[in-house]
Amino acid sequence: MSEDPRGDRRKWHERLQVTLWTLIVPPTVWAAHFLFSYLWAAISCAKQGDFARFPTLFVAGTVLALAAIALSGWIAHRQVRMPGSPPPHQDGTDIDRLRFLAKATLLLAGLSFVGVLFTALPVVFIGDCR
Amino acid sequence: MRKSIAAPSVTLASVTVATLVLAGCNGHQSALAPFGLEARSTLWLTAVLAAGGSVIALGMAAIYFVAARAPEGKLTHQSGMRLVLWLGAVVPTVVLTALLVWALPAMRPLPTGDSDLHIRVEGEQFWWRVAYARSDDKGLNGRTEPLLLSANEVRLPVGRTVVFELTATDVIHSFWIPGLAGKMDMIPGRTNRLVVKAEKPGTYRGVCAEFCGLSHALMAFDVIAMEPAAFDAWLTAARIPPRRTQDRGAALFAREGCGSCHALAGTSAQARIGPDLTRFGERLTLGAGILEPTDGHTAAFIRDPHRFKPGARMPAYTHLTQEEALALARWLKQTKAENAR
Repeated sequence: MSEDPRGDRRKWHERLQVTLWTLIVPPTVWAAHFLFSYLWAAISCAKQGDFARFPTLFVAGTVLALAAIALSGWIAHRQVRMPGSPPPHQDGTDIDRLRFLAKATLLLAGLSFVGVLFTALPVVFIGDCR
Repeated sequence: MRKSIAAPSVTLASVTVATLVLAGCNGHQSALAPFGLEARSTLWLTAVLAAGGSVIALGMAAIYFVAARAPEGKLTHQSGMRLVLWLGAVVPTVVLTALLVWALPAMRPLPTGDSDLHIRVEGEQFWWRVAYARSDDKGLNGRTEPLLLSANEVRLPVGRTVVFELTATDVIHSFWIPGLAGKMDMIPGRTNRLVVKAEKPGTYRGVCAEFCGLSHALMAFDVIAMEPAAFDAWLTAARIPPRRTQDRGAALFAREGCGSCHALAGTSAQARIGPDLTRFGERLTLGAGILEPTDGHTAAFIRDPHRFKPGARMPAYTHLTQEEALALARWLKQTKAENAR
């Protein structure tokens, strides 16, 4: 994107690289949170023998995951709004590539956000080691 | 022309299928006829899901219908995308979240207390070893004897929390009383807990729900949910060994070595290899839920168990005459005469 005429006047999130790697950030966070949830439940049940009254570590991990997904989604949301031709973003230009990947990232972020919430809800409603 | 031929055959096919499906309906072994807390909430959840799913399917069909018949140019790309956003993302998310929040509390195990009745059930090829105990008696840890040993029959007090401790001795079985709660695996070397609460007195049936061998389908048991007072009275009475006559049946029981595998409380027969026969006369079925407990059936089962239960471990006693087998059957049933429930 170095040939972009606006150069350094772009905002920080607009200057960020958009690749397939940034695309999979939200689902990766979701997957990590999923694994974290199971490990946390297994370890805390095994160590304490009972379900934690207030699962501080779990809440912190969930908030962190949600924040990471929200940030990724917000960046993608701003990148989608960068000036360019209307959808479908199917041309071989930098701006089309960016807007396509950003849109896909935004949708994945929405899905992952809900996914993390769905993974976390059982802790609130079941709260039992059995 | 074609229509008039097709319509009756479709009706006939529907009626046939419906009849076949409805033939499976019963009140004693069905998740659709619950008598326990968990089965009842599961049925309600199933009904809501089925109704909601039908409404969604019909609604989608209606939208397809309208979209396919809409005049040219009436539908715009933007309105289509908005529809996808709302009906494809927002509404499903809200509906699924609501369902999750509603259904999760039903998955929470019932709270248990120290005085709750524990029933330990061990799956065997192809029957059930049953032991009753109170958890505060430490009865199931081998430190003290359980309150009562039984087989192929489970009795429950209505309205009280009961903890099933489920395990197996040979292969994996699965303990399932459809009207009471979900099924639970019985795994050798491991004890699984299933906490239940019966809500309606009656006679029901449970089955093995994990293929376990030749007679897997012939491995069932009776479930009797009783009013708490009646249950307590039964448990107290059942712990007193019935008095048996010392007649020909007793002699046959001793001569044939039945006590090497079976137990009869109050006698020298204390083996735990086969089903406990102390309360045999009280049982509603013979051979783990498969036969009417008549003297004739019992005699025939003793002489040739494999005719009724292929793969059963019990040896055949074909050398017994029919008359001897009948005498033994009648003698075994003496529980009933002495200690009727």
